[in-house]
Amino acid sequence: MSGTGDLLWDSGHLRLEREEARRLMEQGGAPSPEPSDEPLISLRDLDLRFGDHVVLDGISLDVWPGETVCILGGSGAGKSTILRLILGLIKPNGGQILVRGQDVATASRDELLELRKDMGMVFQEAALFDSLTVYDNVAFYLHEHEDLPEEEVARRVDESLRMVDLDPEQVEELLPAELSGGMKKRVGIARALIHQPSILLYDEPTSGLDPITTRTIDDLVLKLQRELGVTSVVVTHDIRSAFRIGNRVALLFGGEIVFQGTPEEMMESGDGYVREFLH
Amino acid sequence: MIVRKAALTPVRYAGSSLRELAWHTQRYFTLLWRSIHGTVTRPFYGKDLAVQLDSIGVGSIGIVILTGLFTGMVLALQSAVEMRQFGATIYIGRLVGASTVRELGPVLTALMVTGRAGSGIAAELGAMRVTEQIDALNTMGVDPVRKLVVPRFVACLIALPLLTIITDLVAIFGGLLIAVVKLDLTFDLYMRSVYSTLAQNGFLLRYIPIDFVSGLSKPLFFGAIIAITSCYYGLSTRGGTEGVGRAATGAVVTSSIFILATDYFLTQLIIGLFIE
Repeated sequence: MSGTGDLLWDSGHLRLEREEARRLMEQGGAPSPEPSDEPLISLRDLDLRFGDHVVLDGISLDVWPGETVCILGGSGAGKSTILRLILGLIKPNGGQILVRGQDVATASRDELLELRKDMGMVFQEAALFDSLTVYDNVAFYLHEHEDLPEEEVARRVDESLRMVDLDPEQVEELLPAELSGGMKKRVGIARALIHQPSILLYDEPTSGLDPITTRTIDDLVLKLQRELGVTSVVVTHDIRSAFRIGNRVALLFGGEIVFQGTPEEMMESGDGYVREFLH
Repeated sequence: MIVRKAALTPVRYAGSSLRELAWHTQRYFTLLWRSIHGTVTRPFYGKDLAVQLDSIGVGSIGIVILTGLFTGMVLALQSAVEMRQFGATIYIGRLVGASTVRELGPVLTALMVTGRAGSGIAAELGAMRVTEQIDALNTMGVDPVRKLVVPRFVACLIALPLLTIITDLVAIFGGLLIAVVKLDLTFDLYMRSVYSTLAQNGFLLRYIPIDFVSGLSKPLFFGAIIAITSCYYGLSTRGGTEGVGRAATGAVVTSSIFILATDYFLTQLIIGLFIE
């Protein structure tokens, strides 16, 4: 990267300049969602503590249907924890997590299992079931919850794998251990997509990937938003990805959301915390 | 919450350890209850149960045959040394039969399965935990207890009694080998001696020896202990590959202690109920 522009981000190994940020936003061009009355996901005054350690301190964030919200922040800022809270894998100490108006924090185990059927999660390390082939991993949800003939399952698996630009014939019989990092992530996305959830949660989808594969995954997130209208929450520390795919960006720092808005607003933000963080 | 125990006073340390123990005990019995509930309510995972029966049951047959054979042979050899002094070698069958069917068969089988299958269960579930596969199940609306724990729980409940029968039979056969080959007893004399000890404590429903009932009720409890303890350690794994190792070790040690302690109390109960 040239060093002539106006420096917007510098986190040691990663520098982002104003011109490049604009170019990333143009490249990505995340489509703006249709206006809606109700947020699909709403975090309200969320507190989370582990003993004396405050992880989240009264954060509030709305995610509207069809939009992609990227949660940025440094390592250990509690970004991934937000996804785990949305999924009900951990309970907050205070506040509400509303998904389609239902509070995840107070939902029973059965209600949670039902709520999660409308969500898909892409894990940082893909979390593929290592004893199952790619086919069985992707078909897992259908085998568990839907009584479909195997031909229909196979058709849906093919469709999902093609959606993430993988050739079913080449990968279906492989085990996760035989896949590259990028392929694992794509299979993870295919698995999350198979039941056509309206919400997709991504935990560091591009971490550990080379720049070309990172770009491929970013394009995939955009494609899913455009073609399927999926609502996405993407946790990342990669500001380039966030600017490329996010309709809105939230910046987590010290347990609080110190900024939320569009990437353009973030670039122009005069907020002290944001400026301090970006510079 | 991470408590630095070294920095606590002895009283606070004891308090913190007791709280931790109470917390684990509550979670352990919650897992047991959910497993029992999952056993009798839908959804059932028949395929997973078959896989676990194969892994825990069929996979352990070899090791329990060897355990039973050598235990029976050693029992016969050791008792022969003492009994020969009194000219009582004809009672070797009684000693081998009684100690095998009442105690050694169930306990040794359970300990061998703990070492072989219990550690495997804890390591497998632990690896799934640290690689977020358990979370992936949750996010796909699948209850990990029903999908992972219940098949292992039911497989242990089915496999342990059957494996114990194998151990008992092979141990009696091992004793027979020594009795016939080294002590010059006849097959008929040895087997009569075994039968007489099994009949000694009477019969349930006229035909089932009480010793046999006692010997086969224990493996049910031991099976539950192996499955729940191993799954509990596996699902509670923290800290990457090192944590997986700790979970496997913890599962084997804790299961073994629980098995030995439970054996004592079950023996007391059976004696109180059927024999005294």
